[in-house]
Amino acid sequence: MIQQILGAAIAVVIAVAACFTYFWGTNWVLDKLLSSNAMAGDDVTRRDNLRSGVRPWLFIFPALLFLSLYLIYPVFETLRLSFFDKFGQNFIGLSNYAWAFTDGIFWQSALNNIAWLLIVPFLSTAFGLVIAVLADRLWWGNIAKSLVFMPMAISFVGASVIWKFVYTYRGPGIEQIGVLNAIVTGMGLPPQAWLTVPFLNSVLLMIILVWIQTGFAMVILSAALRGIPEETLEAARIDGANDFQIFFGIMIPQIWGTLIVVWTTITITVLKVFDIVYAMTNGEFQTQVLANLMYRWMFISGDYGRGSTIAVIIMLAVVPIMVWNIRRANAEEGTR
Amino acid sequence: MTSRAADMPVSAPASSSNWFAKIRIGRIAAHVALLFFVALWTFPTVGLLISSVRDKDQLAISGWWTALASSTTQNAARAGKAADQVQEDGKFVIKGNLLGTDARGKLIQSFGITNAEVAAAPVGGTLPMRDGGEITVQANGDYVWTSDTEFKHTSGPRIYYVVGSPPRFTLDNYIAVLQANGIAQSFINSITVAIPSTVIPIMIAAFAAYALAWMRFPGRGFIVAVVVGLLVVPLQMSLIPLLRMYNGIANVFGTESKGYFGVWLAHTAFGLPLAIYLLRNYMSGLPREIMESARIDGASHFKIFTGMVLPLSFPALASFAIFQFLWIWNDLLVALVFLGAQDDKVVLTGRLVNLLGTQGDNWELLTSGAFISIVVPLIVFFSLQRYFVRGLLAGSVK
Repeated sequence: MIQQILGAAIAVVIAVAACFTYFWGTNWVLDKLLSSNAMAGDDVTRRDNLRSGVRPWLFIFPALLFLSLYLIYPVFETLRLSFFDKFGQNFIGLSNYAWAFTDGIFWQSALNNIAWLLIVPFLSTAFGLVIAVLADRLWWGNIAKSLVFMPMAISFVGASVIWKFVYTYRGPGIEQIGVLNAIVTGMGLPPQAWLTVPFLNSVLLMIILVWIQTGFAMVILSAALRGIPEETLEAARIDGANDFQIFFGIMIPQIWGTLIVVWTTITITVLKVFDIVYAMTNGEFQTQVLANLMYRWMFISGDYGRGSTIAVIIMLAVVPIMVWNIRRANAEEGTR
Repeated sequence: MTSRAADMPVSAPASSSNWFAKIRIGRIAAHVALLFFVALWTFPTVGLLISSVRDKDQLAISGWWTALASSTTQNAARAGKAADQVQEDGKFVIKGNLLGTDARGKLIQSFGITNAEVAAAPVGGTLPMRDGGEITVQANGDYVWTSDTEFKHTSGPRIYYVVGSPPRFTLDNYIAVLQANGIAQSFINSITVAIPSTVIPIMIAAFAAYALAWMRFPGRGFIVAVVVGLLVVPLQMSLIPLLRMYNGIANVFGTESKGYFGVWLAHTAFGLPLAIYLLRNYMSGLPREIMESARIDGASHFKIFTGMVLPLSFPALASFAIFQFLWIWNDLLVALVFLGAQDDKVVLTGRLVNLLGTQGDNWELLTSGAFISIVVPLIVFFSLQRYFVRGLLAGSVK
């Protein structure tokens, strides 16, 4: 064990040293190799320009290498593999896609994903907004925000254990140790094995993600709410607007942009959700989602073609948001 | 809002009381509503934490919200045989304790001689026995069975009783899960994965971010756009090609395809888009005048970067480091794919999933295991929340 930690520490030292050597070394070489000290006139300018032309690429090269190898190349490779068979050897055209669109489990996963996309971002944003508005006007709001934000730090797996304990089921007649069943039996209803009840179980899994993501929405929206000019609110109040009118008529329109950002960010998280389903039901009882289905095809069945196909379909759902993000970033670049 | 309205001088005294009443109700409603949300959001975690320190027998039979109340169970024990009898004052007596050695502060509330009538008599009461005589049971489990005639029975009759156990809190669950279930090894594994994967991308990203923020070169805008695009590319797109690549490399060199080195590199790469994005945003916000005056003084980009920009960017670096650390510590997918789920390498999240599968109903192990896995992020979170929030805001509201 000690050895292992030591190994990690040494790796850190070596990596830092390697990074430093690279950055310092290449800069030094560049300055030596393209030195303009012994030159005069146009040559100096030419050399100087050459140096400042090369230097950015030295700075950016390691990052570009990592990004290309681990993120950009795989996007195209996955796209290519989705047209190939199980082992990625024979081209089979659109067969994988044809399979996907006729496969019952795939459709079930896709529909579940759509339900997740409709429910989780909406609830997280709504709860986040309400809590942000409430917390900003009460003296203990910061403590409250901290506590609601806390699940953000907990892993999806940890959260799954926490909530599996809430949903846990004992046979009728035995005292229930899960909160949900205790409430249900307290109301005189029979206890349920919640995670085996189709669709309701999906909703219960969604609640876990809502529980985690609400804190994120709350923090971002709280900052946006504070950005609303005080004069605007004051003016509305003097005009006799009540709290609800202020909330829906002024606050919401003012933070509309932020609401969309929060919504899309959570949407991306939802599309990638894997851990919760994997830990809670592993896709049993009709709770399958695309990310977990992809993992199954890739790892359990070893079918790289179908695995890639599902990945591409997840990617297609992300593309609109990606394009919109890039546009927004570019527009901002123009105003900078 | 209403609080400020309450402070405002009100011109018409008639409407003042009206305002006041309205404000009070609104305020109270706000307090109650927020309290409700906070309770809802903390309740599950509190349940986990309390359960993890409860005695495992109590945890298995009663909800964690009853942790402070004593729990009652039914049990049975055999009274003594004829061989145990002694003669006292002309009577035949069998004495003993129903709870035996496992008493641990338990208190008997009632007892009976058939399973159907567990609570036939309260403690201190007497019941007639089928083998003759009558029995008295005390709260601490001591019983006295007396008879006028000699006992003949060869096997002790069962005495049924309702016993209350006082709430017991213990760290035994933690000891058990650390020793028997490999959580300790996984804890070390998680640290081994997380630390290099947090440090390496910071350096690489910082240089790239500086170039993208303060150097002019063709293609800069394009690279920024690519980084923004990569922020949202699902990890799923990378897994299969990287897996094939790792397997290929392992085949060529005859080594293992799953290992810490591969995970470090993968986490480094997956963290880079956010790191570059955050740091570039932050660095490009640094005052232009400082940079330019340093340039005029003849400082090189390398000097400016290491001497000025890097120290000034500390808050952004800290934000990213926290993000990356939490993300790696909490990650399951990357670790499963590139490190595997074998016993010696599996990280905490993976171990927890395995426990869910194998120890599905042993909640004392699951709750304590889960708490061990979330305690590190919680400490990081509560001690460095400021940086975390700042990073969150910089990463998404821009």
